[in-house]
Amino acid sequence: MRKMFMTAALGAALAAGPALAELVVPDLSYRTGPYGANGIPFSDGYQDYFTLVNERDGGVGGEKIRIAECETGYNTEKGVECYEATKDEGSLVYQPLSTGITYQLIPKTAADGIPMHTMGYGRTSAKNGAVFRNVFNYPANYWDGASHAITHILNENDGDISGRKIALVYHNSAYGKEPIRTLEELAKKHGFELMLLPVDHPGQEQKSQWLQIRREKPDNVIMWGWGVMNQVAIQEAVNIRYPMDQFIGIWWSGSENDVKAAGDGADGYKALTFHNLGDDYPLYDDMRKYVVDAGKAAGAGDQVGSVLYNRGMYAAMLAVEAIKTAQELAGTSNITSEQMRDGMEALEITEAKMAALGLPAFGPEFKVTCENHGGDGYGAVSQWDAAAGEYKLITDYYQSDQEVIGKLVAEDSAAYAEENGITPGCD
Amino acid sequence: MFYREAGDFKTSYAEDNQTFPIKFDRYRYYAVLAVAFLVIPFIVNDYWLNAVLLPFLIYAIAAIGLNILTGYCGQVSLGTGGFMAVGAYACYKLMTAFPDISILIHVVLAGGITAAVGVLFGLPSLRIKGFYLAVATLAAQFFLVWLFNRVPWFYNYSASGQISAPERTVFGVPVTGAETSAWAVYLVCLVFLTASALIARNLTRGMAGRKWMAIRDMDIAAEIIGVDPLRAKLSAFAVSSFFIGVSGALFFAVYLGAVEVGEAFGINKSFLVLFMVIIGGLGSIFGSFAGAAFLVLLPVLLKNLLVGSLGWPTDVAAHLELIIVGALIVVFLVAEPHGLAQLWRVAKEKLRLWPFPH
Amino acid sequence: MPDQLIFAMEVFLNGLMAGVLYALVALGFVLIFKASGIFNYAQGVMALFAALTLVGVMEGQVPFSHLVNAVLGTEIHHFGWHVPALLAIALTMLVMIALAWAVNHFVFRHLVNQEPIILFMATIGLAYFLEGLGDIMWGADIKKLDVGLPQGINTIIDEYTYNLFDYGFFIDNLDIVATLIAAVLVAGLIVFAQYTKQGRAMRAVADDHQAALSVGISLNWIWVMVWSLAGFVALVAGIVWGTKSGVQFSLSLIALKALPVLMLGGFTSIPGAIVGGLIIGVGEKLFEFLIGAPYLGGATENWFAYMLALLFLVFRPQGLFGEKIIERV
Repeated sequence: MRKMFMTAALGAALAAGPALAELVVPDLSYRTGPYGANGIPFSDGYQDYFTLVNERDGGVGGEKIRIAECETGYNTEKGVECYEATKDEGSLVYQPLSTGITYQLIPKTAADGIPMHTMGYGRTSAKNGAVFRNVFNYPANYWDGASHAITHILNENDGDISGRKIALVYHNSAYGKEPIRTLEELAKKHGFELMLLPVDHPGQEQKSQWLQIRREKPDNVIMWGWGVMNQVAIQEAVNIRYPMDQFIGIWWSGSENDVKAAGDGADGYKALTFHNLGDDYPLYDDMRKYVVDAGKAAGAGDQVGSVLYNRGMYAAMLAVEAIKTAQELAGTSNITSEQMRDGMEALEITEAKMAALGLPAFGPEFKVTCENHGGDGYGAVSQWDAAAGEYKLITDYYQSDQEVIGKLVAEDSAAYAEENGITPGCD
Repeated sequence: MFYREAGDFKTSYAEDNQTFPIKFDRYRYYAVLAVAFLVIPFIVNDYWLNAVLLPFLIYAIAAIGLNILTGYCGQVSLGTGGFMAVGAYACYKLMTAFPDISILIHVVLAGGITAAVGVLFGLPSLRIKGFYLAVATLAAQFFLVWLFNRVPWFYNYSASGQISAPERTVFGVPVTGAETSAWAVYLVCLVFLTASALIARNLTRGMAGRKWMAIRDMDIAAEIIGVDPLRAKLSAFAVSSFFIGVSGALFFAVYLGAVEVGEAFGINKSFLVLFMVIIGGLGSIFGSFAGAAFLVLLPVLLKNLLVGSLGWPTDVAAHLELIIVGALIVVFLVAEPHGLAQLWRVAKEKLRLWPFPH
Repeated sequence: MPDQLIFAMEVFLNGLMAGVLYALVALGFVLIFKASGIFNYAQGVMALFAALTLVGVMEGQVPFSHLVNAVLGTEIHHFGWHVPALLAIALTMLVMIALAWAVNHFVFRHLVNQEPIILFMATIGLAYFLEGLGDIMWGADIKKLDVGLPQGINTIIDEYTYNLFDYGFFIDNLDIVATLIAAVLVAGLIVFAQYTKQGRAMRAVADDHQAALSVGISLNWIWVMVWSLAGFVALVAGIVWGTKSGVQFSLSLIALKALPVLMLGGFTSIPGAIVGGLIIGVGEKLFEFLIGAPYLGGATENWFAYMLALLFLVFRPQGLFGEKIIERV
């Protein structure tokens, strides 16, 4: 015991953090562990955008941004440690990129008054800002994703999918189970048959699931996977010669990592997205000039333009826009986390704004309000082109079935409010 | 110099049999308790609590539990994660079903439920031994995790299958949920740890502990001298699972607040607790503390050193951290195969004679 | 024939194939356990490390480039050459032999005669070490491994069975190749153990360290050899599994698939690893097909494999082919 306290004292001396900078944005990244390959590009994009803003514009509103990176390894305990280590530095907004860590942090951020942005992951019902005051999940969430997939199938089949059989291959965890409720509701509404195929972590052996798909021949397969599960699933789909254009992955199953291993066979695989792809944007010229070529990139600089890099960058872009909004609202450039929360709640992304940033039509337009922390649920479908080695958008942004999802969000958030003694309200 | 038994006279059997027969040891123990109960609650902050103290306290309980089974009774178990999950889910069900009853009682009851499940999965130990048993307990691990993931009743039919702890208070002070204060949470876990250590210490040096150790050292010989292997092994499973269940309940309700079974109580947890027990020292309560401290503190310390002080990229630091932890485990084992507890014992022996060893 | 039966046959065949893949990993465990009584937790990580090294060598990656770049501020990534697969495999094997030597020299030589659980613990330290080392040497991104193994449905079997049952069976070419590789590997190991001088020496060490030592067998040499063999098996497993899913961190988790195989086949038997693998593969796939997916909501394979092995152990505590445990007081 005594030895422990001595080490503890030593640790305390070491843990005394560096001096406070102006605006601190923590990055709970994971560059190691089973999901490291996906965490790297996201974190690179997230950090590079802030670096770009610092280098090119001298920060936001004259305030430099300091990134406090902390490695979580996709592990909830380390995530909590990272949160505690960074929160006292004046962190403005958290982006944990893990549904598990998000659930840990929902009560903690509420108590500490720090906003959290869970873009396309986390707790879906956080869309209801009257209950989840500090959590934002714009521009789209899992249930939107489930609806996007079904709507896409509807559009492909002239609006009639009754009697079709649709399989959901999902990571057998909280993350993977998210879409089930929505899909069940949609199955009732549109009259298709839903087939559930769980895959246990990590998902290297999926022969049973894909043999079942081969036998029962579902008309479409939707996938909710992450990490090695994606690669194996796509490989197995290629192996059983499942028509790839009937195979739709959620946005977390739609990176280059997931399809490359399967080679040409993966051509035509579809994945949802809520932002644009590729690097054909004016902003990337600046990114190359000020960040990558200047040797200031967060990673090796080889990820620019990949799907997850773009997603990380998009998340950072939304954060910077929210900071700008917050600065206007608060009338000061050195904002606090509470002011940041207000800024996020008043965030409005318009086409004009995106074009001015050098990212024309990069994502959907949306406006955040207290009742709606989740945007309007617009998303699009992208398709993998193996020959070109890139995903291409094949649809415009379209809205999810708000009627079904709105009801589910209201139900789930009300249950959470009751369980935790929260009085929903917007004042 | 200070550490002497000379002049420390015992005049009764009770005195002779106490846990710390040497005066200096005893005072040190009181001092540690005093610091833990009277000083730390006043200075603890959120970072220290969540990054170091809570995981240390909770893992120490789990390590004590596993040490009883593996260190004292010789049954290697890799089902710890699964049993912690039983504790967590039992606690969750109890908390939500009987919101008016104190959380402390729920935690103890959760331990009791885990003990029953532990006995059930301990039955194969009567036939299977050594590493075969270790791998057999993995069946418990995987089955339990699958079960809690699969059956919606366990997570009260919530949409995502996560369980989250509602707010509960002890003497009016919240200890679970969002609005907890560091000192209250710390004290609750500390009380459980102290009680666990005291119970474990006294069990292991009494009749039950001697039976377990007899089974560990040679089960056939133990049977011949009249130890019933069925009762000895199953009681070890029960007691061990009780502590592990308590730690699982605290891990969920007090520490994390929300868990997902596969992530929080996966196979890695089983291995982690086993590592703690072996590094700390098999068959030693102090070893459980030392092992838990080693594996909780070292990564935090290395991270703060490499990232915080040296400013290295976080991923390089994370990889180096693995390399260093791995190398240290090997170095410790080469230097002292019986764990940190043995190092501590050797140091004490030396101290007793210091500075005149001859 | 009823559909259900035909499907069950397909599942059975695929189970056999999956079993072979599990057995490939289990073999490495058996080799080391037999010769030195060490339960090598690091076997899975060794497979990952071998596969990472193989890809790195093939692609001409600079080892530790990330670390070097971070410390020195340089921008190096690749040597700019591509090494043919066979040569790369040979080079990787050299690395695995060096690793075997290092493991023996720095770790296990110092732990002779310790209890099994201490040795087990040391392999855990080794696993951590290799995990960090592999990532820091070669980077944590997903790498495609292509040494020319075929992949995808076997059309011959598909057509043949289609003509027979009106339903073409799915058998993955990679699985067939893996089965052949495993057969060659096991045959090779058995021939090596039975008919060569070194193999006999290895078996002598497995039987009794001290007796072997007294007739002049060098324990150090045998252990380095055994760890090298295990490294070779890990490399083969890494190649097969890496081709399947890309080379990445999760590859180290295949060890968990091998543990029930070990229990069932016995820790000390090479044929046991194969037979155990087949039983586990078929058992878990059939259970998932017949009971798991229709009635229990699926994803039962992980725990069922262990339950099945547990069931066997209750009747045969040393595994199917393990050496009979003789206890003396």
